[in-house]
Amino acid sequence: MNLAGWKRHPAALRAGLVLLAVALVLLPFALTQIGTSWVRIANLAMLYVLLALGLNIVVGFAGLLDLGYVAFYAVGAYAYALLASPHFGLHLPFWIILPIGAALAAMFGILLGAPTLRLRGDYLAIVTLGFGEIVRIALNNLSRPFNLTNGPKGIAGIDPFQLGRVDFSASDSLAGFTISGPMKYYWMLLGVMLLIIVATLRMQNSRIGRAWEAIREDEIAARAMGIDTRNIKLLAFAMGASFGGVAGGMFAAIQGFVSPESFVLVESVMVVAMVVLGGMGNVAGVILGAVLLSFVPEILRWTVEPLQQALFGRSLIEPEVIRMLIFGFALVVIMLYRPAGLLPSAVRKRELAER
Amino acid sequence: MNPLLQATRLSRRFGGVRALADISFGIRVGEIYGLIGPNGAGKTTLFNVLTGLYAADEGEFVFSGKSLTGLTPNQVAAAGIARTFQNIRLFANLSALENVMIGRHVRTRAGVLGAILRDARTLAEERDIEQRAFELLDYVGIRARANEAAGGLPYGDQRRLEIARALATEPRLLALDEPAAGMNPSERFALADLIGEIRRSGVTVLLIEHDVRLVMNICDRVLVLDYGERIAEGTPGEVQGNPRVIEAYLGAPRVA
Repeated sequence: MNLAGWKRHPAALRAGLVLLAVALVLLPFALTQIGTSWVRIANLAMLYVLLALGLNIVVGFAGLLDLGYVAFYAVGAYAYALLASPHFGLHLPFWIILPIGAALAAMFGILLGAPTLRLRGDYLAIVTLGFGEIVRIALNNLSRPFNLTNGPKGIAGIDPFQLGRVDFSASDSLAGFTISGPMKYYWMLLGVMLLIIVATLRMQNSRIGRAWEAIREDEIAARAMGIDTRNIKLLAFAMGASFGGVAGGMFAAIQGFVSPESFVLVESVMVVAMVVLGGMGNVAGVILGAVLLSFVPEILRWTVEPLQQALFGRSLIEPEVIRMLIFGFALVVIMLYRPAGLLPSAVRKRELAER
Repeated sequence: MNPLLQATRLSRRFGGVRALADISFGIRVGEIYGLIGPNGAGKTTLFNVLTGLYAADEGEFVFSGKSLTGLTPNQVAAAGIARTFQNIRLFANLSALENVMIGRHVRTRAGVLGAILRDARTLAEERDIEQRAFELLDYVGIRARANEAAGGLPYGDQRRLEIARALATEPRLLALDEPAAGMNPSERFALADLIGEIRRSGVTVLLIEHDVRLVMNICDRVLVLDYGERIAEGTPGEVQGNPRVIEAYLGAPRVA
């Protein structure tokens, strides 16, 4: 995040942040005016921000390409689903399950990291891609002999968040305003997202963050400087995965239903695209990438169909097809003209400028 | 006369090539120990064995009373041997300051939790790291370039930055792999001064160098390798007159 110019005007920076915070807190009221589904879309966008920030630790900070990141999302989601649904008759509160999900995902991160420590680049990408598929296929098949995941049918009836008497799946009215369930999740996600952003920024500017950067820049030199590259890499995998686990848990609660179908390869690719497009290694860039790639397709979905109706009187091309077409084209254009991402980190900019 | 580093019969093969054959030597505390030999003599291989990058096939080496044979590079660095690289390996896209700060990693402790919570101890440690890094940049004479990308520095400054980064790990033995390569004469003089300064500060120095004059000027003792074998050891004066050394560098005298 480029705060250098702002540092000289701390008051202006503070005022700007307060304004942004107020705007973000009030946003769901505005979105509800457009349509209730937009609050849900905003929630989904924030889930992607969490995922992109987690993947950014592995890809952006430590420089390890991971194409199976959605596996950790799945682990978090299923952890929540199993511990708060009629499937096993367990109904633990979310503030117990989310940390469990994060820890479990971190364990899976280490499980993926340990055998791949010597791999880099394309080779690592292939193994991680396989790992993501293994997790999804395992979820699909772990219904026999013991029914752990309920197979492709997925797990339904997952408990929503419950905080005291506040039920996140129901609407309440407060001082004349209707507070819908998605709005409650929105504020919850906003809070979690804020915590994760602060944690990420602080990690980046720390001894550990510098060790990650050192490994990305030159692993042999990093080892010669006394950095235990094995542990530091595993730490990157574990931290990145734990963010995915938290996001997965919240996803399960919001949807009330999980199935292996939600954790396909395309999801991993999407998160990688968010990180790369926004600007690997730069927290602000990654957030921008995640928000853009979550919202733009939705906006296209809402505009492409009416536009065709107006122009041709009927729908010639399916909105879904044209959406992906425009999407792919936009990605190519951005990579051509801003190869380091929309908001590149200073380090990446230098790296690409050399070529 | 206590050896800081004692190597005994180190050997290393690459396929059929004996890169190192039965090399034994000792480095004394506080000396500048030179390692010379023609191209392909095994100098860098020996260096890589001593810093854990390669494992020795046979033999062992003991550093201040502790065997370091078979340790990984990071363990060797933690034990107190720091190195620079012949083909400079800085973290090119990071700033000079960050490069040196990374060198402090092995002597500091903060983990993820400390980073996220920013407790008083972590903050104090961070301040220490930064301050020490600035001091070291000052020490090698490139403080003014602290915020520039390491890869963009002039060549001589990159060599100096590598030395500062290595010193940040608080080594007892600093191993320099051809630090004068590519330097002009005035840069070489300055480098010789810096190496002398480092020795006076209490750090023992192991120096690989092609520039025989530099080695002869600043080294207390020299080990000469040729084809992976030790052919001579002694003060620069002794080694210079050794017929095997002359032969290795100039070729065998023609039989009349």
